[in-house]
Amino acid sequence: MEKILQVKDLELSFNTFGGEVKAIRGVNFDLYKGETLAIVGESGSGKSVTTKSIMRLLPESSAEFKSGEILFDGRDLTKLSDKEMQKIRGKDISMIFQDPMTSLNPTMPIGRQITEPLLKHQKISKSEARKVAIDLLRLVGMPKPELRMKQYPHQFSGGQRQRIVIAISLACNPQILIADEPTTALDVTIQAQILELMKDLQKKIDTSIIFITHDLGVVANVADRVAVMYGGKIVEIGTVDEIFYNPQHPYTWGLLSSMPSLDSEDAKLYAIPGTPPDLLEPPKGDAFALRSEYAMKIDMEMDPPFFEISDTHKAATWLLHPDAPQVEPPVSVIERMKKFPGSRYYEGSAN
Amino acid sequence: MAEKLLEIKNLKQHFNVGKANEVKAVDGISFDIYKGETLGLVGESGCGKSTTGRSIIRLYDATDGEVLYEGESVHGKKSKPELKKFNRKMQMIFQDPYASLNQRMKVMDIIAEGIDIHGLAKNAKEREKMVFDLLETVGLNKEHANRYPHEFSGGQRQRLGIARALAVDPDFIIADEPISALDVSIQAQVVNLLKELQEEKGLTYLFIAHDLSMVKYISDRIAVMYFGKMVELAPSEALYNNPMHPYTQSLLSAIPLPDPNYERNRVRKSYDPTSHNYAEGEDVRMREVTPGHFVDCSEREYEALKAGSLKV
Repeated sequence: MEKILQVKDLELSFNTFGGEVKAIRGVNFDLYKGETLAIVGESGSGKSVTTKSIMRLLPESSAEFKSGEILFDGRDLTKLSDKEMQKIRGKDISMIFQDPMTSLNPTMPIGRQITEPLLKHQKISKSEARKVAIDLLRLVGMPKPELRMKQYPHQFSGGQRQRIVIAISLACNPQILIADEPTTALDVTIQAQILELMKDLQKKIDTSIIFITHDLGVVANVADRVAVMYGGKIVEIGTVDEIFYNPQHPYTWGLLSSMPSLDSEDAKLYAIPGTPPDLLEPPKGDAFALRSEYAMKIDMEMDPPFFEISDTHKAATWLLHPDAPQVEPPVSVIERMKKFPGSRYYEGSAN
Repeated sequence: MAEKLLEIKNLKQHFNVGKANEVKAVDGISFDIYKGETLGLVGESGCGKSTTGRSIIRLYDATDGEVLYEGESVHGKKSKPELKKFNRKMQMIFQDPYASLNQRMKVMDIIAEGIDIHGLAKNAKEREKMVFDLLETVGLNKEHANRYPHEFSGGQRQRLGIARALAVDPDFIIADEPISALDVSIQAQVVNLLKELQEEKGLTYLFIAHDLSMVKYISDRIAVMYFGKMVELAPSEALYNNPMHPYTQSLLSAIPLPDPNYERNRVRKSYDPTSHNYAEGEDVRMREVTPGHFVDCSEREYEALKAGSLKV
């Protein structure tokens, strides 16, 4: 598969009054053409900062690239000037933000907001841009698009506004679409519609999507591959089946077991103890060790490297080291592993 | 669990009454809450679930209908001592742990506010001890009492909100989306805490949320609201395994589950309110289809549901 974006050893810090916040501490991943990569993690894990650094949307005054590169189209995005970046932003790489209430301009009719990227990036006339915009609105399922073009954001519901934001982000047929929690502010029924819409559109225009969310249900729905972030690092990455049915990192175990499933019994919910690490002074060794019941002595001293489970599946935990003792994952995770050929708990085909 | 703590009878909450933009946020709902249970209230934003909670606790004056707490009406004119009595029994935990704590007050004073109002502590020493105990109950410690809210994380703040609600020793707590603003791993911590407290103190909860998997986990019974009306009320298991109202079915089919195989095969149902084809003036109300399982339906639908459920 064709790699469309490569993030290599990315490190980024924020300079604050309190000191240097190491928000991203060595992130590596590739994005392939036409796939959806989901990035999951709690707030402060660095998932939004990673994507904002791809878009170069972080304030230059405080955010500083420490090392690494982001390769797109043969160019390193971290080294581009603002001018060059403006040509990419909204055209080759575009973004959908979390809150459709605040990401639209309340004083501008939505028609003008949709034609804005078209007029900026493509040499077309206003009337042509208008036609494209109407087509886009139709594409995202907006009834009576001609009429709606003249209306202002407050005249639309939350779900409709998110459709408009999607229309804007797709205006120039971007190669990469970054969606930062696009459905978190929406109701489940509306969320389901928006996710279906995004999947449909992806098929139509063959764009790659980076999807940030903390909702594992949404991940299972949209993702081809999943990266789990914790404390400014990716701790596990693999295909959606590998992450959900054969997870290896204790943090992934914790995440998966802290969500009640609809068919679960009334057992006590597993809660990951403690709070996320303070990235002003990142802990030595494995950042998750302090919250993990599986932590070993080495976790407190040395950062685990990535261990490969398969060609597509990697996890950074010392538990995968050949010398590590074999541990039992939580019960609900074992239940998941039973469905995965290749895991040591596999019980044969369920289908 | 047979004892009723609260009876909500035909509660209506309309805003801008008599004006062109009148909103019927809650439009005639009736249900009971039993002692010691958790009743989950779910629905989309704007369906009136928060308004219901706020009307029950008298943050709004109800337009019509009544709320009976142990047989006594919550609404209507009351003297100050009467009001205080109610306020002690009912408390609320709010959605946003950032906005619901006064940033300029210390934790000690935030939690002790209720204690002061109701005069529950004889002296400063006792007041302090009560606050320390409460902090411990919710999994914080006494060093936290002298800090300000901004020094806490979201999950810790929600614990402060819970401690504040517990300060006056209530019997009934309305939790309005208490975990929506928290991270997944922290949500589980707060939900476990709420469950533990319920077992220890025999609390009754009205748990308002839109995250249906969490609601199922914490609730004994669940009520589903749609546009100011209640459409279904049933024990959690029954509601999930055998949703009868088409809106509930649509809501359940929209929840994504952390299971890729399930997700690949999930078929979403959409709900069309006109699909009922109710005749003009048809008697549509909550009817008990199976014991404890109420559905908003017409006589005709009721017969069909009854026949359908008998087959199962």
